[in-house]
Amino acid sequence: MRKTPRAPMSPEASAVISTLSLSRRTLMRGTLASSALVAAGGALAACGTKGQTQTAESCVSEDVSGTEKTLAFSNWPLYIDVDENDESKRPTLDGFTAKSGIAVTYTEDINDNNEFFGKVQNQLAACQPTDRDLIVLTDWMAARLIRLGWLQKLDRAKMPAVEKNLLPSLRNRTFDPAGEYSVPWQAGLTGIAYNGDVTGEIRTVDELLTRADLKGRVTALSEMRDTIGLLLQSNGHDPSHFTAAQFDDALAKLQKAVDSGQIRRFTGNDYTTELAGGDIAACMAWSGDVYQLSADNEKVRFVVPESGVILFSDDLQVPNKAAHKGNAEALIDYYYDPAVAAEVALYVNYICPVEGARAEAEKIDPELAANPLIFPDETVTSKAKGFMALDEATEKAYEQKFRAVVGA
Amino acid sequence: MSVAAIGAGTGSKQNEPPQKTGRAWLPYLLLLPAGLWLLLFFALPLVQLGATSLYDPTGSLSTGYAMTWSFGNYPEALDAYKWHFLRSLGYAAVATAICLLLGYPLAYAIAHRAGRWKNVLLVGVIAPFFTSFLIRTLAWKTILSDNGPLVEALRTLHLLGADGRLLATPTAVIMGLVYNFLPFMVLPLYASLERLDQRLLEAAGDLYAGPVSTFWKVTLPLSMPGVVAGTLLTFIPATGDYINAELLGTPREYMIGNVIDSAFLVRLDYPQAAALSFLLMAVVLLVVFVYVRRSGTEEIL
Repeated sequence: MRKTPRAPMSPEASAVISTLSLSRRTLMRGTLASSALVAAGGALAACGTKGQTQTAESCVSEDVSGTEKTLAFSNWPLYIDVDENDESKRPTLDGFTAKSGIAVTYTEDINDNNEFFGKVQNQLAACQPTDRDLIVLTDWMAARLIRLGWLQKLDRAKMPAVEKNLLPSLRNRTFDPAGEYSVPWQAGLTGIAYNGDVTGEIRTVDELLTRADLKGRVTALSEMRDTIGLLLQSNGHDPSHFTAAQFDDALAKLQKAVDSGQIRRFTGNDYTTELAGGDIAACMAWSGDVYQLSADNEKVRFVVPESGVILFSDDLQVPNKAAHKGNAEALIDYYYDPAVAAEVALYVNYICPVEGARAEAEKIDPELAANPLIFPDETVTSKAKGFMALDEATEKAYEQKFRAVVGA
Repeated sequence: MSVAAIGAGTGSKQNEPPQKTGRAWLPYLLLLPAGLWLLLFFALPLVQLGATSLYDPTGSLSTGYAMTWSFGNYPEALDAYKWHFLRSLGYAAVATAICLLLGYPLAYAIAHRAGRWKNVLLVGVIAPFFTSFLIRTLAWKTILSDNGPLVEALRTLHLLGADGRLLATPTAVIMGLVYNFLPFMVLPLYASLERLDQRLLEAAGDLYAGPVSTFWKVTLPLSMPGVVAGTLLTFIPATGDYINAELLGTPREYMIGNVIDSAFLVRLDYPQAAALSFLLMAVVLLVVFVYVRRSGTEEIL
């Protein structure tokens, strides 16, 4: 033990000094220990990471639905009907349990596609269970999971109602032509919205991006497929089938609007408060949100631009290693019963993907059933296009270019 | 062994028998839970992050990322996002300065002038933590709204032009940062001001020091530990913050935190995201190191 230097010092100070004077050896030990740690970690990490793709052969999931009558269902908040008097009750879900005897654990733990992807990525890449049997993610994310082989193949034969009632515009999608991995839960439109208290009518995307009186009072969506999709359409191109040059054209148009200060910022769902409050006069928006805003202020309007709208869907999927695929298929089939679908649609106000639900909805609430944002008519659906499926490299390249314009 | 040495330093008598060597492991045992925690949730992730930052930048999820020791990720990331770095540091510095100017008088008042209201005022400083950070920042959108009373008032006073706005400007982002991190400034300042011996101020008065020179020569130097701790606790998280820029700003106000968020979660460019995280850490450490050196307060830390 080293002798501590004697000095007129406070006890605290001398404690610090004495610790320090001894610390040479401790420091050596510490350095050795941390370099060992770094070496170990380095050895672990030095190999890099393997590809995360799984295949039906590399990741086999067992289905115990025959013996276990349970199902863990993860969904977005406010995305299913609840009882008017008791918000903890979900009538259609209770109906399913009563009919099938399958107890459903319903969790509202999906708030953002990217965030949720980050949450389950490690498990799915390693072919481990996520403790969820059924998840709802937006179509482009479903496309990514399918590409990575992280979803279980659904048995369409066990879901006759889907076969019969799924809207034609949501069939044969490029990322899942046979609909074997993903089935739409709800669909929606990406278009334009404006607040009639603040500005006059807006009809086109070009008006949104160039009208001088809207400068700094316009927002676009931070989701690339929504914003670029609308811009592609405004250039007369087809978002479900476009070239790299057409993408660049759309991006240049966006860059111009950002540089001129026309676009105030890029948003997720959070544009709703600003649009309702009049901070922004007009924006790119999702139909379901605008429908809910217009219930409070009918001057908030959703516009289907002449050039077209983007049709998106949030899809039901069964991740790898989920042990209750059979139960999940039973639930999907149940929700494609038009009467059940109508109940959900009237509550969540997104576009119902089930044919025949409109007729059922008319029996419950004729006024809502006539709303084209829930049950779109032919003029709307003819203008609605989905976004092209992208391979990984293209997705990354486009996303990078888009983020450079967005600013982060 | 080290325990005995510390024990000797903290004023125990030199002639006291050293502790039994058989129990020398006890402190290590007590350190074990915290040590394991640190290892599992800080050291290992940090090593992993460091490794990720050197992965092949052309890798992808389906092909995987090869370890290519690509140190080039660092200059590339820095070059692409240097303005975001500078902006983060600038906003954080301004916010910290404002926090200090607002927080110092507040902490002083709570410590010495509040009387029986002291606890109530302290709870008032801490109370915002009872609601989530996100909710509080969202509330600022309402306060700063273009059609809100604040902007109305500023327009009437011609402090803002007729089309002027607060929301979606650097001002809004800095105001958000100040609001969200003010308690981190006030609490350490309060702790050090509260210990201030009033008799020293009287003594300064007796020696013909006016209030101003008493402040500069007695109060401020004695509260320096609080000032240093407060500025660090404010500056460091403010530099890495991205919520305020995201909600109250526009792409022109985005900070480095927004870039890291998007690189990790949206663009899935893990090597770049990791490199940016390390750069941020390095930049903050550098700034803190220079600051602590400059303020001559190493002995306080």
